[in-house]
Formats: sequence, C-alpha cells, structure tokens
Amino acid sequence: MAKDEFNEFKLVGTRPDRPDGLDKVTGRARYGADISAPGMLWGAVVRSPHAHARIVRIDTSRAEALDGVKAVVTRADFPEGLTGEDWNLQENTMAGERALYDGHAVAAVAATSKLIAEDAARLVEVEYEILPHVTDVDDAIRPDAPVIREGAADATVPEGSPPNVARYMEFGFGDVDAGFAEADLVMEKTYKTEATHQGYIEPHACLGQLGEDGKGDMWVCTQGQWFIRKMCTAVLGLETAQLRVTPSEIGGGFGGKTTIFMEPLSLALSRKAGGRPVKIVMSRSEVLRATGPTASASMDVKIGMKKDGAITAARAEFRMQGGAFPGAPVDMALYCAFAGYKLSAVQHIGYDVLANRPKCAAYRAPGSPMGAFAVESLVDEMCRELALDPIEVRQKNAVKTGDKASYGPKFGSIGLVEVLDAVKDHPNLAAPLGPNQGRGVAAGYWFNHNGETSVSMAISEDGTAQVSVGTPDIGGSRASIALMVAETLGISYDDVRVNVVETGALGVNEPTHGSRATFATGKAAVEATGHAIREMCRRAAREWGIDEEAVEWADGAAQPAGPNAGKFPPMTIKEIAGKMGGTGGPISGHHESVPDGVGASFGAHVVDIEVDPETGRVTILRYLVVQDAGRAIHPSYVEGQYQGGAAQGIGWALNEEYIYDDMGRLQNPIFLDYRVPVASDLPMIDTVIVEVPNPGHPYGVRGVGETGITPPLPAIANAIEAATGARLRDLPMNPPKVLAAIKAVKA
Amino acid sequence: MATVKVHLWSGLRRLTDGADVVTVDAATVGEMLDALVTAHPGVGPVIEAGVSVVIDGEMTTSRHTGISPDNEIYLMQRLKGG
Amino acid sequence: MSKIHVTTKVNGDAVEFLADPRETLLDCLRDHVGLTGSKEGCGTGDCGACSVTLDGTLVCSCLVLGVEAEGRDIATIEGMSDGHDLHPLQRKFIEHAALQCGFCTPGILVAAKALLEENPDPTEEEVRYWLAGNLCRCTGYDKIVRAVLDAAAEMRKEAA
Repeated sequence: MAKDEFNEFKLVGTRPDRPDGLDKVTGRARYGADISAPGMLWGAVVRSPHAHARIVRIDTSRAEALDGVKAVVTRADFPEGLTGEDWNLQENTMAGERALYDGHAVAAVAATSKLIAEDAARLVEVEYEILPHVTDVDDAIRPDAPVIREGAADATVPEGSPPNVARYMEFGFGDVDAGFAEADLVMEKTYKTEATHQGYIEPHACLGQLGEDGKGDMWVCTQGQWFIRKMCTAVLGLETAQLRVTPSEIGGGFGGKTTIFMEPLSLALSRKAGGRPVKIVMSRSEVLRATGPTASASMDVKIGMKKDGAITAARAEFRMQGGAFPGAPVDMALYCAFAGYKLSAVQHIGYDVLANRPKCAAYRAPGSPMGAFAVESLVDEMCRELALDPIEVRQKNAVKTGDKASYGPKFGSIGLVEVLDAVKDHPNLAAPLGPNQGRGVAAGYWFNHNGETSVSMAISEDGTAQVSVGTPDIGGSRASIALMVAETLGISYDDVRVNVVETGALGVNEPTHGSRATFATGKAAVEATGHAIREMCRRAAREWGIDEEAVEWADGAAQPAGPNAGKFPPMTIKEIAGKMGGTGGPISGHHESVPDGVGASFGAHVVDIEVDPETGRVTILRYLVVQDAGRAIHPSYVEGQYQGGAAQGIGWALNEEYIYDDMGRLQNPIFLDYRVPVASDLPMIDTVIVEVPNPGHPYGVRGVGETGITPPLPAIANAIEAATGARLRDLPMNPPKVLAAIKAVKA
Repeated sequence: MATVKVHLWSGLRRLTDGADVVTVDAATVGEMLDALVTAHPGVGPVIEAGVSVVIDGEMTTSRHTGISPDNEIYLMQRLKGG
Repeated sequence: MSKIHVTTKVNGDAVEFLADPRETLLDCLRDHVGLTGSKEGCGTGDCGACSVTLDGTLVCSCLVLGVEAEGRDIATIEGMSDGHDLHPLQRKFIEHAALQCGFCTPGILVAAKALLEENPDPTEEEVRYWLAGNLCRCTGYDKIVRAVLDAAAEMRKEAA
C-alpha cells in the first residue's frame, strides 16, 4: 500500500517537528567536543608514520619534561592477558610490539592545553624498524605476503592457507555444477571495491575521567554507550559498572562510532594525571587514518541464467581485508549477495584477510554494498547479453515470504516483490534519455537487527510522559519513539519527552546500529508503555471498586470495558497521574529483551546519469530510491535515511577510496582529497516508501537505515554501461577510470 | 529432549568431519549449542566468538529458546550492522 | 609564546579573550568565548561546519586566526535568532526535516543566510553551488535545498 493513501493511526505516520530540532538549529545541542570540565587536560596521540614497523624504543622523557604536560602513556600502562576481540581492541587502541598501519597509536600525552599536548606529542621519540608491508587484499592473500600476525588463522581456516587469512567460510546448497550446465548463459567476472570511510562530519571526541579507585566517567559521541563502556573496561581492566558513559549528541556514525578508538586513552591518561579529566578530539586526518573504514574487496562471481532470465545457479568467492585484525564483513557480504534471488543451487566462499591498514569498523549494511556491486553488476551484464529487462529478471527470480534464502534459512515477511512493482510503475523510468546518458537499476538488502534493548518510561505528575531510551538519536528516532508512545497512550505527541540516557540509568542496550533503533527501542517502548497503562487501569479499577479486567484504556483515559462494567466517566491520564502519590505511588513501565520479530528490508534504485566523453565525469541526473519500510512511523525521517544512504553509495561508486603510496601511507586523509558528495554533485533524490508491514512489530516497523547504501554502487555501474558501452568493475568509477574505459571501448 | 537438525553456515564443515547438517539431541538453543561442541569440539571457539541462531527464519541469541524437530535451525555468523 | 589580548564583537556583544597566536578563530570561539555552535569537522576549510561571517563575509573560521578577530564583527549560529523567534531558515529546516544528526546544520544555516542576503531569489542550482562548501553526510542535501528555497520564498513575501 502506498504511503499517505491510508493511515489507520492518529499520530504514527505523521510528520511533526522533531523534539531536538530547536537545539540543533540554534547551535545549542552539545556534541562530543562541546563539553569542558574543571581541571580539564587535553590529550594528543602519537601515531606511527609507518605501515608496518617493529617498535624498538619509545623515549617519552622530553615530552614529560615539557611545561604543562601532566601524563604520558604507552602500552606499558595497559593490563596484559587479554584474549580474542578484547585483545584486538587493546592492540588497536595502542600498539604493542609493532605498529601495524600508518596512524596506529603508539603513545599518548595529556597537557594543560591542546597546543601544549600537540607539542608534547611531537617530542615523544619513537625508534622504528621498518618492516615489509602489504595493503592490497589480493597481495595480502598471497602465500609469500608479509605476515601481519603469526597464528592469526582461527579454527575455520584450512591447513596450508596463506598466512594472512584469519577466517574462512564456505556455505551453500544444491548442485551448482548441474545448475551451470543447464544454463543458456554462464558468466563469470571479478569485481573490486576499495575501502571507504563512513565520513561522518563530527570527528571522534571524548572527555574521560578515571580515578585511582577505578571509578570513571566519560562523555563521548557514540552510537552505543554500553559498547564503549564494555570495551573500555575490558581494555583497561576495570569493572564494568564502575564506568559511567554518557552519550553526547552524535554528529553521524553510520557504524564507525559503535566501537572504541582513542576513548581508553583518555581514561588511562586521566588516571595517570591524578584523576583530572582528559579531553581528546581527533583531527580529520586522524579520523581517516586511524578509525575504522570499511573493508576493501576482490570478488569473483559466476551466474548461470536461462534465455528467459531464470537463474539456475550462482557462485561467489569473496576476498576482503579489514585491516590488521580479523573482522572484514565478508560473511555478511556473502549472505546478502544473492539474497534477492530464489536459487536452487548456490555456493559461497569467503576469506577474511589481514593487511597493514586500520581496523575496519561497520559501515552501513557492512559487506552488503560490496556483494551487491558484484552480483547486481553481473546480473545486469547478463541481462544485456540476453536482451532482457533488468527489472523483469529480478521480478522473475524474486524471493517471497517463506522462500529459502540464498544464505540458508527461510525468509519471514519480506517485500521485494512490492518494491520491484513500485519501481516498474514509476514515472522516472519513462524519462527520456539523451546522448551520453544512461539508466541503471539495482536492488539491495539488509537483514536488520534486534539486539539487547532496555527501556523505561514514567508518567509525570501532570499526566505527561517521559521515556528513557538507550539508543542515541542519529536520524530522528526520538521523534519516532515519541510518536509510538503517544499513539499507544492516546495523548498528544508534545506530551511525551524522550531522553537518551547514560549507562547508569538503564540495563544494557546495543548501539544505534543495524537499523534497530525504531524497531527494537520502539517495540520495547510500546511494551513498557503497556505496563504503565495496565497500572493506570488498575488504579481506576480500585477507585471504581470494579475488577481490573473490567477496565480498558482508550483515547488517553481509563474507561469501563463495556456497559456491564459500570457507568463511570473516563478517568484521564492527567487525573490518574495527579493523585498517583496517594493511590500507590509512581507509575512507570519497563521492558528489557532481545526483541524478536525483526523485519528485513529490500530496496531497489534507479539512476539516470550523463557521462562527459571528454573528461569521464559522471553527473547524476535523476535518482530514485524505492524501499520497504514496513511502516513509516515518521515518513520524513524514513525519506531522510533513503536519501542519505543513496548519497553515501553514490560517493562510494564515483569518488571515494583509500589511496596508499608504496610505503603504505594514506595519501588522502583530508576532505579535500577524500572526496565525498557535495550539494552540487547531486540532484533531488526521489523516494517511494513501500509498506509491507512487519508482523513482528506492533506498528509494523522494519529498519530502514542501511539497505539504501547498497544499490547505488551497481546501479551506477549499470548506468555507465548503458550510457557508454563501457563496463567498469573496479570502484571508484572516477573520471580517469571512466575515460580510460570509454577509450578502450572505442578502440 | 528431541533430535534436531542444525544447518551450519561456513567452514565449520572442516570441524564437523565434512557435515553441513549436524543432528543433536536438545530441547533448547543452549542445549543444542552445547551438544554441538560435545560432538565436535573444534567448533567450540567459533561458537564462543559469537553466533546467531536462526529458527524458522527468526534470529535469536537466547540460549533458553525452545526448539523442536519441526524447526528449521541455522547457525550463522553473528549479525549486527552499522 | 605569550598570548595576545583580542578585543572583538561577536553576535553584537563586546568580547575579549586571550589567544595563542597559533589558535584559529574557531578554537577561540569554542574554547574561550564559550560558543560551541560552530563545529570543527576538518580543520582544513573543506567541510564548512565552522562557517561564520567576519565583517559580513562568509568564512571558514578554522582558516582564520583568532588574533585576526581584533576589532572585527563576527556572527555565528548563536546570533541567528534571539532565542525567541527563529530565523525563517531555522524554522524551515525543522519543518522540512532538513537535518538528521545536525552537526553540519549550524554551518549550513550561516552559509544559507549569507546566500539569501546576497541573492534573495536563488535557483536550485545556485543554492547547491553556494552550499558546495558545506558537507553533509546524512541527508543527501535534498531536504536542505528544499528548506533553503522555501525560506527564501517566505522571506521574499515578507519583504514585499
């Protein structure tokens, strides 16, 4: 059902002003770097200029002697004996025996001003023994590549594998050889994507304070304050509950702020400086060099297709590097790669490879864009070869609710068919195209996530409501939560205040990631509100002297549930709240769970481009995002997610990449050279919200934040071939590459 | 307690003597995971690192979720997001 | 290096602070004057999150030294409204959902205000090219451009 045609709710589905809007348009909202504290020191980090080097000696004496320096830390200030991911995080926070990438932290200082701290950092002397390095994934997977870490392979990796393979996976079903044999066309190609950064405009920033007694406080811009707490305490050997982490407003995250980078350093420096708070704000080049970009990928895909477009078999082998630690999202890339296709035979193989690059972090549907670039490009190439319509081929092979997914389990409720129908009907597809112009189509998928969720709400004395949630508000979730709670209570949207709280105020919450906030926090908020409603009904029942079961809640009031219950006028939330102190005490509701009923989101994009034949520059003329939201609680913010994901995908497709020199040093660590889309690069981005309600959520919500970054990569490659006849299989498709490809076609 | 089939997603095949699908006796997710490790100790570290259990298409991380022979059970890498 | 005493005007108020000669105007506004609305996104003049006006000219305050503020007139996001009535641009941004994380918003509002003061009736293309120096990673710019055009229309009607 199309959005805005029919709305059975009073508030859900409307577009009120977001509650933090006033703070954000006036500059009053406080982000990670916007806080100061009495006695505060500034921290600065000393970073390796080498991609791979043994740390021979660190001499901090000159730094310590500088007036104003109050503490210097090295790896020696961290506990030993960590294992697994805890060890990975600690090793990434501060190098041990070796610096593993250009920008790897080797020491940190705290001083009375930012400038003194930066001067002191330059006075730390580090002696390095430079080692051979490797940054490209296909080089890193060679048996003779420089070894990042001895014994890095986990139990999944076959004997005799190259030394930098940290994880291996292999899964599938059916007989792919038979499937390829019965196909009319079999194509096999290799596609490559380069690492990109989430590119949030706000650099990482925190203010940490840690005393000798092991009690600490931190203010930090983060997607997940409980994750920061858990990781910092693990890396520093502290007790979890003794560290309280307060999330600031966050200036973008997209996955990159779900983990720690310099946060433990501020705590370690603080403790060493006698408990004085230490503020660390990363520079943009530190962010690009030393936080968590996504992985780069080299992918081989093979598909068998019949003349009528039916896919008979598919095979994918992906190699991905996620930096000097395991964790490249090659598993999720493989799970998503063929997710939109109903297959009887499929085989997936994946390698997670180490390289001398920063430890990768999640980036909006981690892995899915890479896999989509490969598969959706190849499907398009095959459609061209067989003269088939790319949308019809996807419709022909589309998975439906209950179908077996390419990654194994059966799908629950999904809306790919509805999305493709909406694409086919859209007027953008009828827009005429001129010379050097072309149209590309591609689909994308993300599972969405549930995760630990803990929400608390309470009724105030005047009948207004407050909700304490643990998921930082990145995209407008305070508005959506308020809408759902107000709808459930039957009160006005303005009578609900949603607060994002610190770790001491609620049970554990997973971060705002995995497109989970509106789904999981929303579901928990509705449940919690239900508890409060039941208690308010109980209070009314007692006052009326009738059974609890005989009271129901409607339109913001307790009322008798039917004529036999008795003739009592409705008791409003205001009345109940006004006397709650004398009728039993505070009225609140809580809900903790790992909510079930997650709904996945499919999307499809259509892009029209024009290629300048003299420069290879690609201009986006028209862009359409169609995606299944389940139910759009606040349609403006759903549209915002669609448009934002598309813009990041466009940047990834056309310009963004990590460029390393032959010494393994990052060459483009500032926004001038790491080129993200600007306002003049893009047209208006058209959106269609398809709603196939998710039965697992009280209002039908599906997460929407991530799927949107997936289709742009292949859609643009497909449009470029349509416009020029040249197929690019290597991102980014920047002007020099497009120009070279056009020339090759002409030759 | 009943006999359930568990589909494994990845290079776990090497750790289960080549089996893609393993049969164990279990009434809950927790029992199923423990039984898997007992039958094939090699999978222990991988499961400890974190898995998602998908039952009839629904992901669960709770050890106490009940399972029966009618359920379709998949073990997958721990999924999160960005 | 000893600090330099700077006397200047910010959002119409007389302000004094001590600046290290190496500090940028952005550093001074944020750390000495207590105005944290202007943000540092890049420190190299590429993202526009630090946009302010200096004697009426739109500048990246990360590319201006704090000591250069001496005797000048600076306008930041905090001066855009009196705290009671919002500027039409601010209202339209909220109405159009033209912000998600909000980090780029102060810089974009300051830049857009400067645009409309120079050109009260910009085309979509003119808005996009004027704002090309203000990076937004969340919105894809669509709702931002709509908000600016809508605010411009309202302001033209009021002026008429």
